[in-house]
Amino acid sequence: MTTPPPALDATDRRLIKATQEGLPLTRRPYHTVGAAIGLAGEEVMARFCQMLETGVIRRIGVVANHYRLGYVANGMSVWDIADDAVASAGTEVGALDFVSHCYQRPRHLPLWPYNLFAMVHGRSRDEVGLKVAEIARQLGPRVCQYDVLYSSRILKKTGLRLVDQGAP
Amino acid sequence: MDAIDRHIINHLQGGFALTEFPFAAAAEALGLSEAMLIERIDRLLKDGVLTRFGPMFNADRLGGATALAAMAVPVADFERVAAIVNGFAEVAHNYAREHALNMWFVIATETPVRITEVINAIETETGLKVYSMPKIEEFFVEARFVA
Repeated sequence: MTTPPPALDATDRRLIKATQEGLPLTRRPYHTVGAAIGLAGEEVMARFCQMLETGVIRRIGVVANHYRLGYVANGMSVWDIADDAVASAGTEVGALDFVSHCYQRPRHLPLWPYNLFAMVHGRSRDEVGLKVAEIARQLGPRVCQYDVLYSSRILKKTGLRLVDQGAP
Repeated sequence: MDAIDRHIINHLQGGFALTEFPFAAAAEALGLSEAMLIERIDRLLKDGVLTRFGPMFNADRLGGATALAAMAVPVADFERVAAIVNGFAEVAHNYAREHALNMWFVIATETPVRITEVINAIETETGLKVYSMPKIEEFFVEARFVA
C-alpha cells in the first residue's frame, strides 16, 4: 500500500530540524540555512530536492491561516462506504477542490460506521453543507449513510514538531 | 490584505524554487520585485495571515506516526478531559465537535509504538475509551486555500 519511509541520514534530520519552523526570509534562504548548520547552499537544495522526490516534503511555499482567509467553517464529513468501493470513492472525493484532506479510516461499530473522511472548508456552515451535499450526489448509491461533524471549539492547536519531539 | 497579498497567497502555496535566489524567481513569476515579495511574506507571517513559509514536511515519511483519535466525553467532564488530553505534548490538535464522539485530536509521535502508549495513557488518566482512527489509505492531503 505505502512504500517504506526513505532513509534519512543525520544531516537530513539536522536540515529538517533547522527548517521545520520555516525558511529564513533572506535573498538566498538555502544558503542562509546551510550556513547555520555547516552545509553548502547547494547541498541544502540537493537534499530538499531529494526529499520532494521521496515525499518527505509535500511542497515548499506559504501555508495560509484559513480562518484569516474567511474559511471559518470546517466540517469533517464522514461516509459509510462499502469496503470494495471505498478506494474509488476516496479518489473521486479527494479530487474535489474544496476537500483538503481525504482518508480511509477504520470503523468502530456500532458507534462509528464511517470509513471515509473528507475535510470540507467553507466561509459558512451553509456553504460547507452545500459542498457536502455535492459529495453525496457524486457518490450516489455507494453511500450507505453519512454525517458532518462541525468543530465547535479549538481546544489545542500547535504546529507539528517533527523531529526531536520527545527530547527535553 | 490587498490584491497583491491575495495574489501571493494564491500562487505561492507550492512550487517555491530550489535555486540560489528563489524569491527573485517567484517574484518575477508574480510580477513583483524580489524585495517586495520578501517584505510582503514577512508581514503576512507577522500578521498571522500565513502560519508558515517553507517546506511542508510529511510526518509519516520521516518515520514518525500520526493518528486521529476520538472520545465520547460527558459534557460535565469536558474541561477536565480536555486538560488531560492537551497536556500530552504528542497531541498536536484537539477539536470539540458536535457528535456523540465530541472530542477529536491528532497524535503525532516519532515512532508508531508511541501512538499506542499515548492512547493507553489518556485512557488511564481520563477513565474514558479512546477510539483510534489511524489512516488506512490517504487519498489527498493538500490544504490549499483561495484568498
